[in-house]
Amino acid sequence: MAMTAKKERERATDIQEKKTKNIVYKTKELNLWYGEKHALKNINLDIAENEITAIIGPSGCGKSTYIKTLNRMVDLVPGVKTSGEILYRGRNIFDKDYEVEELRTRVGMVFQNPNPFPKSIYDNVAYGPRIHGIRDKKILDQIVEKSLRGAAIWDEVKDRLHDNAYGLSGGQQQRLCIARCLAIEPDVILMDEPTSALDPISTLKIEELVQELKNEFSIIIVTHNMQQAARISDKTAFFLNGEVIEFDDTDKIFSTPSDQRTEDYITGRFG
Amino acid sequence: MPDKKESQSISVQKLIAEKRKKGSKKRTEKIIPFILLLTAIVSVFTTLGILFTLLVETFTFFSHVSLVEFLTNNTWYPFSDPGEFGIWPLVSGTIRVTGIAILVAVPIGLAAAIYLSEYASDRVKRIIKPILEVLAGIPTIVYGFFALTFVTPVLQKLIPELEIFNALSPGLVMGIMITPTIASLSEDAMSAVPDKIRHGSLGLGATKFETAMKVVLPAASSGIIASIVLGISRAIGETMIVSIAGGSTPNLSFSVTSSIQTMTAYIVQVAQGDAGYGTTIYYSIYAVGFTLFLFTLVMNLLASWISRRIREEY
Repeated sequence: MAMTAKKERERATDIQEKKTKNIVYKTKELNLWYGEKHALKNINLDIAENEITAIIGPSGCGKSTYIKTLNRMVDLVPGVKTSGEILYRGRNIFDKDYEVEELRTRVGMVFQNPNPFPKSIYDNVAYGPRIHGIRDKKILDQIVEKSLRGAAIWDEVKDRLHDNAYGLSGGQQQRLCIARCLAIEPDVILMDEPTSALDPISTLKIEELVQELKNEFSIIIVTHNMQQAARISDKTAFFLNGEVIEFDDTDKIFSTPSDQRTEDYITGRFG
Repeated sequence: MPDKKESQSISVQKLIAEKRKKGSKKRTEKIIPFILLLTAIVSVFTTLGILFTLLVETFTFFSHVSLVEFLTNNTWYPFSDPGEFGIWPLVSGTIRVTGIAILVAVPIGLAAAIYLSEYASDRVKRIIKPILEVLAGIPTIVYGFFALTFVTPVLQKLIPELEIFNALSPGLVMGIMITPTIASLSEDAMSAVPDKIRHGSLGLGATKFETAMKVVLPAASSGIIASIVLGISRAIGETMIVSIAGGSTPNLSFSVTSSIQTMTAYIVQVAQGDAGYGTTIYYSIYAVGFTLFLFTLVMNLLASWISRRIREEY
């Protein structure tokens, strides 16, 4: 009787989990080719709301390609072909009438190398709202402050908002890029190895930041740093040679992986 | 077989050793810097020499005509007796033609640069860019004839009061002439903007055109401005087109339909005519030349100052 009661409770929480955790991205049978090279093979992956999903794997496994497909930045690579579906909030992003600009306004991206515009700090953050038609100075001021606070960089830059962003350190530039992304209040934030070009202290700051952002946004982060994935993510997907080998709770992936290849990678036997 | 290999390696070493002994390489290495220095000196001295002549003759001119008259008289009519030497009519001719040229060349040149750097595929770029650059290689005399015998008659149909010689036609043609310079240099500046900056903009949901206008163009602005300044310099110094199609009637006005004379065209007119050595008219071309030199010098300094600033941008 005790057992069944426990099971009941588990099922109840399961159902509750399912209720609160809406699916943001549903990937179905996704294949992608760069010319002749088959870069992604039959990817099936569901990404939940308000979670941090980490994507790990060795170089060239397709993890960056996958994350760039989610906001169709991969379209910029000449000779890309895809098949299958990615449903974002239920709509296939490969639909002909799906405007990439609309998708990218809902799905922000932070890139591997900090890429601020050669403009002032203020103009960097205000860029997104401005191109989407927000011109009111007062509203822009509010957005800029809120975004910079959200990216935990406000205190460092509040006295030099009109200085060029290239005067900031690499770590500060990356947090500025996160602020720039927050300024359009996206639904999902994609992060493509956001700390790989940064020093350990900057990395730590960004990791803390990502954990805070989880409350408001769904975050998908590509990382080649397994400790990082273990530290910050809720779910982890392990990619190898363009395939998803294993996708599960981060705790489970890093303690009792079900696939031998996952275990080999995590224990550092290759990659 | 092994024998052969050995003999080969030995002979190469021997050859090198022999060459070393001769020391011929060392000697040339020592001479080369001197030859190079000599060539550098030649161009520096030539420039200084030209500048010196220009200055001396200009000073002589100002012993005939006062600097005050040169700068305050509003008439340039050297062929009367006594001649009137107010520089402004010639300056206004140059500025009118240059202004028209810039109004034509900047919008077309920038639009072409945006297309080539942001939209054109590599193949299209490989075809269009050389063609554009061929335009820059057409001799200016051909442009001059094009202005006089084709553009002016066509314009006269649209603007009946347009005189045979005018500022509009050479201005337009000069604009066409400097468009490739502006397009090509601006395109270089825009292509030099790293892709990651474009991706930052596209990733926020900006369109390609928004990205080009609001991110790439400002980031390349120093290079673009330098290209425009270079275009202006070329337009100010351009001689053939204005000599052929501009006329020889210096006047101080804003009219683009009447006959004009630019500084360069005046120098050509006098240099071709039979103004005697030592006359005021003879010296006047040096004064005009010096004024022209000041204009282009300022433009070039401006260009190098601006392009030095580009390195601080990203």
